[in-house]
Amino acid sequence: MEGLTLSDAEQKYYSDLFSYCDSESTKKVAAHGRVLELFRAAQLPSDVVHQIMELCGATRLGYFGRSQFYIALKLVAVAQSGFPLRVESINTVKDLPLPRFVASKNEQESRHAASYSSDSENQGSYSGVIPPPPGRGQVKKGSTSHDTVQPRTSADQQEPVSPVVSPQQSPPTSPHTWRKHSRHPSGGNSERPLAGPGPFWSPFGEAQSGSSAGDAVWSGHSPPPPQENWVSFADTPPTSTLLTMHPASVQDQTTVRTVASATTANEIRRQSSSYDDPWKITDEQRQYYVNQFKTIQPDLNGFIPGSAAKEFFTKSKLPILELSHIWELSDFDKDGALTLDEFCAAFHLVVARKNGYDLPEKLPESLMPKLIDLEDSADVGDQPGEVGYSGSPAEAPPSKSPSMPSLNQTWPELNQSSEDTAIVHPVPIRMTPSKIHMQEMELKRTGSDHTNPTSPLLVKTSDLSEENKINSSVKFASGNTVADGYSSSDSFTSDPEQIGNNVTRQRSHSGMSPDNTAPPPPPPRPQPSHSRSSSLDMNRTFSVTTDLCVHTGQQQAGVVAQPPAVPPRPQPSQAPGPVVHRPVDADGLITHTSTSPQQIPEQPNFADFSQFEVFAASNVNEEQDDEAEKHPEVLPVEKASDPASSLRVAKTDSKIEEKTAASAPVNASKGTTPLAPPPKPVRRRLKSEDELRPEVDEHTQKTGVLAAVLASQPSIPRSVGKDKKAIQASIRRNKETNTVLARLNSELQQQLKDVLEERISLEVQLEQLRPFSHL
Amino acid sequence: MGWILVTSAAVILFLQNYPLYIRSVPTENELKFHYMVHTSLDVVDEKISAMGKALVDQRELYLGLLYPTEDYKVYPRAWQRLRSPRAKSVFPNQLCRYGYVTNSKVKFVMVVDSSNTALRDNEIRSMFRKLHNSYTDVMCNPFYNPGDRIQSRAFDGMVTSMMIQVC
Repeated sequence: MEGLTLSDAEQKYYSDLFSYCDSESTKKVAAHGRVLELFRAAQLPSDVVHQIMELCGATRLGYFGRSQFYIALKLVAVAQSGFPLRVESINTVKDLPLPRFVASKNEQESRHAASYSSDSENQGSYSGVIPPPPGRGQVKKGSTSHDTVQPRTSADQQEPVSPVVSPQQSPPTSPHTWRKHSRHPSGGNSERPLAGPGPFWSPFGEAQSGSSAGDAVWSGHSPPPPQENWVSFADTPPTSTLLTMHPASVQDQTTVRTVASATTANEIRRQSSSYDDPWKITDEQRQYYVNQFKTIQPDLNGFIPGSAAKEFFTKSKLPILELSHIWELSDFDKDGALTLDEFCAAFHLVVARKNGYDLPEKLPESLMPKLIDLEDSADVGDQPGEVGYSGSPAEAPPSKSPSMPSLNQTWPELNQSSEDTAIVHPVPIRMTPSKIHMQEMELKRTGSDHTNPTSPLLVKTSDLSEENKINSSVKFASGNTVADGYSSSDSFTSDPEQIGNNVTRQRSHSGMSPDNTAPPPPPPRPQPSHSRSSSLDMNRTFSVTTDLCVHTGQQQAGVVAQPPAVPPRPQPSQAPGPVVHRPVDADGLITHTSTSPQQIPEQPNFADFSQFEVFAASNVNEEQDDEAEKHPEVLPVEKASDPASSLRVAKTDSKIEEKTAASAPVNASKGTTPLAPPPKPVRRRLKSEDELRPEVDEHTQKTGVLAAVLASQPSIPRSVGKDKKAIQASIRRNKETNTVLARLNSELQQQLKDVLEERISLEVQLEQLRPFSHL
Repeated sequence: MGWILVTSAAVILFLQNYPLYIRSVPTENELKFHYMVHTSLDVVDEKISAMGKALVDQRELYLGLLYPTEDYKVYPRAWQRLRSPRAKSVFPNQLCRYGYVTNSKVKFVMVVDSSNTALRDNEIRSMFRKLHNSYTDVMCNPFYNPGDRIQSRAFDGMVTSMMIQVC
């Protein structure tokens, strides 16, 4: 290579350029990087550039030494002057103008274009290129880049641009590289990913200037008060112009600026730039958003109400329509409030929009609140749908705007699952009362309304009946043996208690708690089924009495005394339970029988007269207490000659008193021997029946019960016929039972009336509500 | 009372008899659809008034067939199934009009070409339900002012998918 003689100006100029290019002061300049940029800025055809490089020996050496660099510059000048490139031309051509390196600022737009704006000012600019662009540590590149001509091939390299020379991003020689660049907006601020190839230069410079301008604005605002940042956003429309070139890069810049002191962020951004996801949020951004969130809602786990969010985002000066769309996208759970994640997503979308990005139709998964563990990179287009929400994002296909380059922001926190944003639908809590309760209530209310459509009732009754059945069956077994009756009844007690507890605990309104599965089933209420069937009733009655006897005379007395006390719906039976026992039993017998048919499970015991036998037997063994207790009942019962009929009459009349009276005298007449001792199981059954009865009690049911009772009664005598005494005892027992049942019935009737009234009123209301019965 | 009209193509959502949202698939005959919808609004109002001050239940929001017309059948869906004397006459070119009213008196009217499919009642109900849900989502948006035309993309998407399904 010939010696290179440079004029003074050239010398100076070249040295400056070399200094610029030789950032590391190694006295040699890498073939890539600035040199290439510089050469590109020379607006020379690439082949010329290559030629120059070859001529100057850089290719041989692999780098530009100072001499090579000078030669190259000289050759550039030669080439620009139109002279053929030849080694000797460097010296032969005199008066070469200084090589011109274009560093047009507005190149950014034309970055793609291979138009080298050869403005004269470029020259000036590039003399200014030498000194780093003022104020733009990073943007220097714009100016310095002119000096550096980088071989295109080096474009790909993503040189670790020091923040200072951010523009340095080796201008990708190809759009691809450029794109890559953009994706990795290294150091956001200044990186204006140069658009593609050669002509980068100007665009680059342009970008630089643009970005620098933006930087200035932003940096001024970078740690600005949150709102101001919004303002800054609004104020930096110029950046948006740059966006057109490469939204991502601009975005990065913008976001970086706004989020934090941009300069340092560049590197971070650059490094963290996620290649794939343009919607990722960087840490700084995230932090910024979080801070913003805190200003509105100190509790990071709390929500930002829609109105506050509206005000906040309105400051961004985006059109309402877009804000509305952003809201739709970000409010994942459609609750009208934003959680932290939702807020960050919304904020990010706003930022993106301000930078020129198009809003996606669907929320990008990286912005989605991590209700569930999602992979950021995972392309979960239907993530929103997964949340189970018919959120807007779910509908449209995940169409990210095509120009959406990766925002290079990692989205580390996005993964944090925000349970808050989980589908927050109010979960309907089943407040349906327990069956027992329902039954109880029903018993109280409808009593006779067995046909109540209320399924729970029916179910309950079925349960009760089942229980009763069980009980009854057990009782039967036990009842058969009088002696065992008690014991068995006792044992039953435990069972019915358990059962009773489950089912008609409530119903025990009549205090049959023991029986019907109601409250503490003192007397074992073994046969839920009994409640329905008449036979069961009888058993119940007997069992009731038996139970009563078993428990305490007082209880029984209480039961007897209490029949009229209609326990309140919820726990009706509890209190009067024992008291009601008797009447319940008595009534229950009848009612049960009446109801049983209607109640779901028909008490098989309905016509089980054997119970009566047991009863009879047990009755005989009834304690005196029972008898005594039953006296009052019996007395009234005895009034009626025919206990059964009286009962029935009473029931049909729904006149509790009458029934009671009827049953009482009847029972009394029979013999005060209360049926207490009678097989408790029987009584229990009755009780259970009674309890069940309330559920479905209807006068008709009661009538049925009465009929059943009546029917059963005769059998008893028959069976007892052998033993008159037994018969009488059984009769007495029956009467007592009747009395008890009658009382219970009366109570239930009252309850029923009340409930019916309520029901009627409700039905009326319902009718009003449903004027149109059908179409 | 917004109303929504859905024809074999159109959905119109009305608020106080002012359309909030109009969408029809076959863009032609749109005016005709609009006309029908407006006429059906009267029927809807009639049904609403007939209801009295009763509570409005979700089930009862559906009005059903409004009334048959030559070309179209109108199915108003009142708050509850109306004992509509209207028979579902099968006209040659039946368009069934369906109505739906929300608690807030927003009316949805849907006109469906019955020739497409014999849309079952359940389907219509489900469609109205979806519409209602989407409308609720739109209302949740703080940027949406009640009374504005609905410009939600999500809503549009939902309606589109629905209409595609219908047609």
